[in-house]
Amino acid sequence: MLEADNLECTRGEQRLFQGLEFRLGAGELLFLKGENGAGKTSLLRMICGLLPPGAGEIRWQGENIHHLAGDYRAAFCYLGHANAIKEELTPLENLRCAAALAGTSLPESLAFDALAQVGLADRADLACRYLSQGQKRRVALARLVCDNRALWVLDEPFVALDARAVAWLRDLIGAHVAAGGLTVMTTHQPVDMPSVQTRELRLAA
Amino acid sequence: MRALLHVIVRDLRLALRRPADIVSTLFFFVIVASLFPLGVGPDPALLRQLAPGVLWVGALLATMLSLPRLFADDFRDGTLEQMALSPNPLGLAVLGKVVAHWLYSGLPLAVLAPVLGLQFDLSTGALGVLTFSILLGTPALSGIGAIGAGLTLGLRGGGVLLSLLVLPLYIPVLIFGAGAVDAVAGGLEPQTHLALLTALSVGGVAFAPWIAALALKLALE
Repeated sequence: MLEADNLECTRGEQRLFQGLEFRLGAGELLFLKGENGAGKTSLLRMICGLLPPGAGEIRWQGENIHHLAGDYRAAFCYLGHANAIKEELTPLENLRCAAALAGTSLPESLAFDALAQVGLADRADLACRYLSQGQKRRVALARLVCDNRALWVLDEPFVALDARAVAWLRDLIGAHVAAGGLTVMTTHQPVDMPSVQTRELRLAA
Repeated sequence: MRALLHVIVRDLRLALRRPADIVSTLFFFVIVASLFPLGVGPDPALLRQLAPGVLWVGALLATMLSLPRLFADDFRDGTLEQMALSPNPLGLAVLGKVVAHWLYSGLPLAVLAPVLGLQFDLSTGALGVLTFSILLGTPALSGIGAIGAGLTLGLRGGGVLLSLLVLPLYIPVLIFGAGAVDAVAGGLEPQTHLALLTALSVGGVAFAPWIAALALKLALE
């Protein structure tokens, strides 16, 4: 259960939002909507604890996330604008590094399966600098395949993906939520998720 | 512990995949140390006297050269965010990066130092102490440098600011490092200097990563 109360965000001199609140239970998906600059990414970074809120608090299972610290960070997976993949490493190494960073270990066979799912089986051993933008994005998204943490925080996950990858990702997020996971995401593309409980939060610019 | 080891291995692997960075740092050290004998002329007594200071300053500057990239790449591609979001404390990841930085910058400098020391007509004993002092002192340089790199992360013209911040903090390391070699050359025991260098390095590696982690969290906000 993720809750936010009375959140306020100020970037520079500009107040992006205030008095914002939401509740998100297990098996629910939260769409953040809003124009460019409305504070969607800032809100996601607040949910991750990267950006301290100007006022208010965010609670995970009833406790303030800043008190939970490492316990909370072990419960969610964040995918930001940046792919967090290393150009010098191969997709396989990138996936295993990301898993190690998250405090788990990923056997090579599972990492390979994840890459096969995103359609990069034949590129698994090619340095990421030779991949296209969309392929790099897919390497980053492959992290989600082998991720069993409860909360996914996704910032524009559909950017740079082709139609087939968009459908695949939609199904992956759908399956995660259907299995009792939580997802908070932003997207500018119209994506319908008929099978899952969806909430919407609109940030006014 | 496993998380720490993983960051070290990852950073070393990345450094080896783009060897140009390491090689240019080492070349810089070689060039700086070689310019002095050419500039001041072939007087062995004068060169012997200059050697400890010149070689140590060269090592400091070479270390400085590799510092801006310590966090910059991870910051740009989002890996630093993921490190901050890891269940393990960010300071642990920074400690791993500091250790890796020493392994690909401090260690090669120490290996190279005695070869360059030959140009200054240093005795075998002095060459040994020079190598040893750089080996013992460079971990402090990597640790203190990490604080500077963290504080200047994401700033325009951060490289110059980084040198202004970090070089004054390197002074104690320079004094005791060069002092150890001077002591041997003057027929004294270098133990005190080396002990103080070790203390600086232990302090630098043990505490600096946690301070650097605080700076990085600010840069990520």
